[in-house]
Amino acid sequence: MVAQAAREIADGEVVFVGMRLPLIAFVVAKRTHAPNAIGLFELGVVRDAPAPELLYTMGDTPNVRGAVWCARTVDLMGLLQQGTVDAGFIGGAEVDRHGNLNTTAIGPDRTHPTVQLPGSGGGADIASLAKRLIVIMPHDKRRLRETVDFVTSPGDRASVLITTLGVFRFVDGEAVLASYHPGSSVQACAENTGWPLRVAPDVRQTALPSDEVLKIIRGYDPAGFWTRRGE
Amino acid sequence: MSKVVSLKEAIAAHVPDGSAVALGCALEPAIPFAAVHELIRQRRRDLRLIGPISDIAFDMLIGSGGVAEVHAAWVGNVSAGLAHCYRRAMEQGTPRRITVRDHSNFTMALSLLAGALGAPYIPTKTLLHSDIPRANGTFKRATSPWDGSEVLLIPALVPDVTIIACQRADADGNAHQWGPWGVSQEAALAAKKVIVLADEVVDRAVIASDPNRTICPGTKVAAVVHVPGACHPSPLQGRYARDHEFFHEYHRATRGFEAWIAEWVTGVPDRAAYLAKLGDRWSGLRDPGLPAAEVRY
Repeated sequence: MVAQAAREIADGEVVFVGMRLPLIAFVVAKRTHAPNAIGLFELGVVRDAPAPELLYTMGDTPNVRGAVWCARTVDLMGLLQQGTVDAGFIGGAEVDRHGNLNTTAIGPDRTHPTVQLPGSGGGADIASLAKRLIVIMPHDKRRLRETVDFVTSPGDRASVLITTLGVFRFVDGEAVLASYHPGSSVQACAENTGWPLRVAPDVRQTALPSDEVLKIIRGYDPAGFWTRRGE
Repeated sequence: MSKVVSLKEAIAAHVPDGSAVALGCALEPAIPFAAVHELIRQRRRDLRLIGPISDIAFDMLIGSGGVAEVHAAWVGNVSAGLAHCYRRAMEQGTPRRITVRDHSNFTMALSLLAGALGAPYIPTKTLLHSDIPRANGTFKRATSPWDGSEVLLIPALVPDVTIIACQRADADGNAHQWGPWGVSQEAALAAKKVIVLADEVVDRAVIASDPNRTICPGTKVAAVVHVPGACHPSPLQGRYARDHEFFHEYHRATRGFEAWIAEWVTGVPDRAAYLAKLGDRWSGLRDPGLPAAEVRY
């Protein structure tokens, strides 16, 4: 997932970097094909070079050292609202075939949820305002649902959904399986997806990460804190 | 006149039951956990919490039964994901039911910015196709009178008190905070009053040597409290690092709640005793960072 997420960042792009896997995807992209990408962190940090050590949260002290700007949330959200941010990464508990994400609550009644989730954070802003949205989440039938209980982050701008099993591209606002990861298959994706799977005519296996990319991921996260589950 | 008081005095004097309290406004770092623990020790009730993500600070207050309402973009545990006390309150109504006003980080920032500007609302293009506006219930849809585009009007939030943790402040409350500000400045300027938790209390001359670093003028500040290590387990830039494992331990321990809160909050008299209890673990988090280039005014 990390290697595929890194491929979604083009050189010179301005990206909103979310927590967890996107942090490493940004590092991989910067050190390979996108050395001029700029990373925006919603708590108020802008970096043109990745933090030198592994981050667990975007507020860790190494993420501020060597930053080019340290400011306010509203400043970075303003850049997002102006339309100057090319892409943003988010995850979620549930996603539907249109890329709508739920991170608010499971159950039909928001005020009496079956499972209370943490909420949007900046995710709904990234989904509403970035030019394109990159969604990353574990592949599970209970997570890839026909409809989500609550639209926290709208899928209007979703460009790609990267899961533990494959990669979906959005065609006319609907997720279409573009590739399946090594060890996965179209059938595995279909069995674990909560909507009737649409498959691209040229569906193929997801390209393997290069040795260079694997080396960068393992060098940055040697204990596998974020990547040990084959992510 | 010096505004320096003890944390106990500051919370007793300035945060009565029912207060609208903004805290955790720098997002993951500089969360004033020392003040959160004191609110719990003083058994504050019916608080209305305001903050973008708050990490586990709001979760602890909710678990203590002291919260009536939460205005937030995210309530959880940044290291572990879901937060047990918030889940129990929302799913089971224990220890009590709470009212939630859902936000995104941007609408939280705009609410407080409107408060800081003395404006009734600020229009935005975020969340137009999200369910958050419906769940929040206080936003209004409108059409821009200039270009006819659809906008969402985000009303001002005015905290009764905003609690800020910072590296240093003078006795009048002029506070230097560095590292990410998140929504700290808007929250301080919007509030009726501010409590500053300073890692260090310094002479006015230190503050006045670098006024660009001052987060809000001392005129807003009602109390200055000298609390070294006030933010643990969150980090404070140039002072100490985040204690990641503490967040995981909290997650495991708060499947119940009473034992954890007795060990780390109600069974501990103050912050100094808390840091002493952390022992070597606390000294191991020291992170003095790197110096900035000199600035001359």
